[in-house]
Amino acid sequence: MKGYGEIILDHWRRPRNKGRLPAPDREAVEANALCGDVVRMQLELEGTRVSAAMFDGQGCAISQAAASLLTERIKGKPVGQLAQLADQEMLSALGELTSTRSSCALLALWALRQALKEDQ
Amino acid sequence: MDVHAVRRDFPILGRQQGDNPLVYLDSAATSHKPTAVIEAMAAFYRRSNANVHRALYELAAEATEMYEGARAKVAGLLGASAEEIVFVRGTTEALNLAAYTLGEARVQAGDSIVVTEMEHHANLVPWQQAARRQGARLQAVPITEGGELDFASYERVLSSGAKVVALTHASNLLGTINPVPELSDIAHRAGAVVVVDAAQTVPHMPVSVSELGADMLAFSGHKMLGPTGIGVLWARHELLEELPPYMTGGEMISEVHLDGATWARPPRRFEAGTPPFAQAVGLGAAVDYLSQLGLRDVRAHDVGLVQRMLEGLSCRPYISVYGPLDPSARAGLVSFNLRGVHPHDVATLLDQEGVAIRAGHHCAQPLVRRLGVAATCRASCYVYNTGGEVETLLSALDEAWRILR
Ligand SMILES: Cc1ncc(COP(=O)(O)O)c(C=O)c1O
Repeated sequence: MKGYGEIILDHWRRPRNKGRLPAPDREAVEANALCGDVVRMQLELEGTRVSAAMFDGQGCAISQAAASLLTERIKGKPVGQLAQLADQEMLSALGELTSTRSSCALLALWALRQALKEDQ
Repeated sequence: MDVHAVRRDFPILGRQQGDNPLVYLDSAATSHKPTAVIEAMAAFYRRSNANVHRALYELAAEATEMYEGARAKVAGLLGASAEEIVFVRGTTEALNLAAYTLGEARVQAGDSIVVTEMEHHANLVPWQQAARRQGARLQAVPITEGGELDFASYERVLSSGAKVVALTHASNLLGTINPVPELSDIAHRAGAVVVVDAAQTVPHMPVSVSELGADMLAFSGHKMLGPTGIGVLWARHELLEELPPYMTGGEMISEVHLDGATWARPPRRFEAGTPPFAQAVGLGAAVDYLSQLGLRDVRAHDVGLVQRMLEGLSCRPYISVYGPLDPSARAGLVSFNLRGVHPHDVATLLDQEGVAIRAGHHCAQPLVRRLGVAATCRASCYVYNTGGEVETLLSALDEAWRILR
């Protein structure tokens, strides 16, 4: 089914790293007012690396699957590298998406960028 | 009504959506246009185009006659007189005009304006603004668990008087049809002017302004087989006479001096600038088309489809339906949700099967909040939809549920 490939359905049915970190170093919430999607991203840092990442939220399958996938991808990565993570990378990691839904797919990435900004 | 013959009048229905035929179930947002409407507008531009009301040459007289002819057709549809028909851009502009002018003429500090919890933003926000400008109080009558207007609360709110009651004839989210004649009586006894948002009813059923008993009525051309950019505000003529203009400029004046102006009589007082005359001609053709079908038959067709939808949706345990369960108490639309699934996912998955439905808050945020959800799916029907399309919707929903649960 176009727009709902195995990657999205897998993360939607079995979200990874969903919940709250006990003591996050960074955190941000992004919401899409139009559809009510909400994603909270929380990070724990060890030096300049992400040692743990969790998400929480509610909304459509695409926004929640994207958040789940993002937490997996950023764990262990240097913070500097994450700031470079481009929209296109996020979109292609999710597989084939319909163009009407890219703002859902990017919500978690926006939250991540927001969380990292608070670093400065 | 022969739906297959009707379908042949709508060229867009021939289009494919991916590998599937288009199943369009979003007519509550906007309707498709029959060839008769498309051709009427094209013919106007080809043969009769000139600015109305201004010039003294034959062509302009012809254009003016066609514009005024469209006004007469709309008046005929509603059982009103042509001087009570104001052409505007759509329901939204009609309601803004009503809120602004009634606010100025009838509402003072401390007065009360009454709306309902099931209003489209177009019949809520303009009244919030009017209340703010006049220092008035805005009160919203709640709905019941069954999605109907809470009649007892309505009576209670109005027992202490109000200057305006603004309410929808049918909710674009719940489908609920409000008993406007009874509600108007109560409002009139309380001394209020009654403004009705008829965007979801005039296109779908016979609406007679005298039977309705309201004082103002708003609707859009594009939801009734007509073009975008044109809508109607009907109001009792005495009321229009009393109201100040909303927009000012050319066409709406009687006499202009450097230090002031006097206003033309209605309806022209409310039609500043060059009006959408080609669109009016298109709307006139849409009124003709609907009248030929017969609005009673249009209504019966809608009710039949809504009944099939309600039956199909209610027997699926994973679906909850909002609003009244009696199809004859509803406009031609049904809102629903799949358990635990966001409506946007449903709409995107249905789109893969060629099925177009709407998902979101339907410009009624206070109402979706009241229902305790973030959004709903909505399927809505019109003259060109078939029972087979309802079946396609239902099986596409089963498929979406299989994928997303
Ligand atoms: C009940 C209701 N009121 C008002 C509107 C606004 O109509 P328009 O956007 O044509 O001005 C709509 C349609 O979206 C509607 O369904």
